[in-house]
Amino acid sequence: MVPLYYYLALSGILFACGVAGFLIKRNLITIFLSIELMLNGVNLSFVAFAAHWHQLSGQVFVFFVMVVAAAEAAVGLAIIISVFRTRQTLNVDQINLLKL
Amino acid sequence: MTPHLHLWLIPVLPLIGAAINGFLGKKFSRPAVVSVALAFCGAAFAMALWIAAQFSSLPIPVLETFAPWLRAGSLHVDFAFYLDQLSLVMILVVTGVGFLIHIYSVGYMWEEGGFYRFFSYLNLFMFFMLTLVLAGNYLVMFIGWEGVGLASYLLIGFWFTKDSAASAGKKAFIVNRIGDFGFLIGLFLMIKHFGSLDFGQVFSSAASLPVETAGAGLLTSIGLLLMVGACGKSAQIPLYVWLPDAMEGPTPVSALIHAATMVTAGVYMVARSHVIFERAPIAMMVVSVIGTLTALFAATIGICQTDIKKVLAYSTVSQLGYMFMACGVGAFSMGIFHLMTHAFFKGLLFLAAGSVIHAVGGEQDMRKMGGLRSKIPWTFWTMTAATFAIAGFPPFAGFFSKDAILFQAFVSPYGSWLYWFIGVFTAFLTSFYMFRQWFMTFFGEYRGQEHPEEHVAPAGAAASHGHGGIHESPRVMLVPLVILAVLAVVGGWIGSERFGKFLSPAVGQVPSVAASESPAASLQASEEHVSEGLLTSVSILAAVLGFGLAWLLYHQRPQLPQEIAAALGGFYRAVANKYYVDQLYAILFVNPLIEGSRDILWHGVDQGVIDAAVNDSAEGAEHVSDSVRHMQSGNLRSYAGWVALGAAVAIAYMIWTGAR
Repeated sequence: MVPLYYYLALSGILFACGVAGFLIKRNLITIFLSIELMLNGVNLSFVAFAAHWHQLSGQVFVFFVMVVAAAEAAVGLAIIISVFRTRQTLNVDQINLLKL
Repeated sequence: MTPHLHLWLIPVLPLIGAAINGFLGKKFSRPAVVSVALAFCGAAFAMALWIAAQFSSLPIPVLETFAPWLRAGSLHVDFAFYLDQLSLVMILVVTGVGFLIHIYSVGYMWEEGGFYRFFSYLNLFMFFMLTLVLAGNYLVMFIGWEGVGLASYLLIGFWFTKDSAASAGKKAFIVNRIGDFGFLIGLFLMIKHFGSLDFGQVFSSAASLPVETAGAGLLTSIGLLLMVGACGKSAQIPLYVWLPDAMEGPTPVSALIHAATMVTAGVYMVARSHVIFERAPIAMMVVSVIGTLTALFAATIGICQTDIKKVLAYSTVSQLGYMFMACGVGAFSMGIFHLMTHAFFKGLLFLAAGSVIHAVGGEQDMRKMGGLRSKIPWTFWTMTAATFAIAGFPPFAGFFSKDAILFQAFVSPYGSWLYWFIGVFTAFLTSFYMFRQWFMTFFGEYRGQEHPEEHVAPAGAAASHGHGGIHESPRVMLVPLVILAVLAVVGGWIGSERFGKFLSPAVGQVPSVAASESPAASLQASEEHVSEGLLTSVSILAAVLGFGLAWLLYHQRPQLPQEIAAALGGFYRAVANKYYVDQLYAILFVNPLIEGSRDILWHGVDQGVIDAAVNDSAEGAEHVSDSVRHMQSGNLRSYAGWVALGAAVAIAYMIWTGAR
């Protein structure tokens, strides 16, 4: 039996990688992938707790997160393509018109 | 059951006229404006006559409630109108003299701009004045009281592009406000202690209280507060300063509002409240002292005025002083008698003065008139009648009323020989300054200039060669003059005793008559009858002396007045400058108010506190926003950084609180 905190540590590492990627990378697609990484880090902690406490609600949450992530991927990629078509770039430092 | 009189129609008719001319008059032709104004004013006059005709068959007093107004707890106030002998006299004087002055104004104002506006205001004034005198309770009276003040303000400032007229209007309004404040507090006292403002209820409550001989009580307070209001409206010391300035208005306005009707409202109010005053000897004494002092004080100022209208203005203040003297010695009906005759002869004096001003092309300085007797004979003869009336020559109207007041001042239990003496001396002064005006205007040589480029032209040449020249006024102005002149002659023939008897149900009997009817005082009364002839001859003598002195100084030896003025030096200058009262008020009240308002209220409170608070908080918000708006960079990664930072702070907080 693998102890709970192993899973939680892995989950934290995955999430931290996602945050770091989100903050550091400039390419919009990479940032998008970082978000997926964070979501999966969270998913891992959910299933870990579900297994630990023998409760199904954690697993149900994970299904919801996956569904939302799939929808997000569809919409997000469509937005990314649309942004690239208009701006000819995916560098977020140059996609900064939404400001005061 | 008597027929319903519809008293409310009397004030409302002129109001309809005012509304028609005020809202639609701009598009009317001048004849249309005139016919509207005269029709509604004349209708009110006709109704007053109709009521007078059937007066003896009416159950006096008549109280008609037009509509309920206020229901506040136990206090009930209605739009009620009240008719008794006093209000009958007042509505006849107001509508009668008012109608004549309306007619006169047609000629006087024909060339002026804002013709419809003038007549709308005049009709509005009639509405408020009639409301005032017909009111059935103090609150409706107060509506009229304030309304005539408004109409007075509008008409003084009729030529509002002229700075002096606009500020004279404001002065009148503000000075009246001081008086109104006293009046209002008096009303509050009545509500508090009598629980009503109806004349009937207030007077019956007041009548049940004892005479306040020992000291100042409730009735004395109410009486004094009412007197403060009367001082403002009727231009008595110390609030008389607005009336001479009010002469900035058109002359018919001076005649109607500032001589014949509105300024007498204070006398009317005191006479109406006679039940209160009769039970407050201290208030009575204040009324008579103020009246006597004002009569003397204004008469002395009148001697040195050179503006034809200012002389009449101070003379009005002085004559109002007589009326208050009469009220103060308990002879309320004599005060009203003088009010009536004064409305005739002073209205006439102003209208005639307007006719003179009209004749010499707008000149008001008497030093530039003279010798007008033969050029404007109608004006001359009517003004002569009025001058003899105000000076107190028998058998003109002023003689009867003034003599009655002086007699009452002497014999009344409230009176004293001092009032009488000052009154007679004032009568002498009145006669002197009125004949001074008469001689300066109509006798001697014409001193004005026909053509500005010439020097003082010889009288005959200037009048005959000047284009237009000095001309008599049109007939529409002369007819009111003649009618008023007849009234100024015969108006007093009714006799003070018969008039006093007629008014006695409304304002009580003259004290000396009341005293002589009691047997104990019969001996004293017989002595008084002996002295009555003596007193009358003294007052006639005073009038004749005034005439003689004016004749000597301003007809026989015209250079003498300058020499006397030079000899008197400082005293003459003080009188000619109206005792510097305006300057004194400016130093004591006006300037501190202006400076306090500007330095403390404006610069200190408004700019320093209110504006500063608003502006500083706005500036603070701007500074904060300016510093935090940089977070909104549009850079996705900086947003993400803020989110991460926020999450980190939240987690740190949770760990920290969880650890405790």
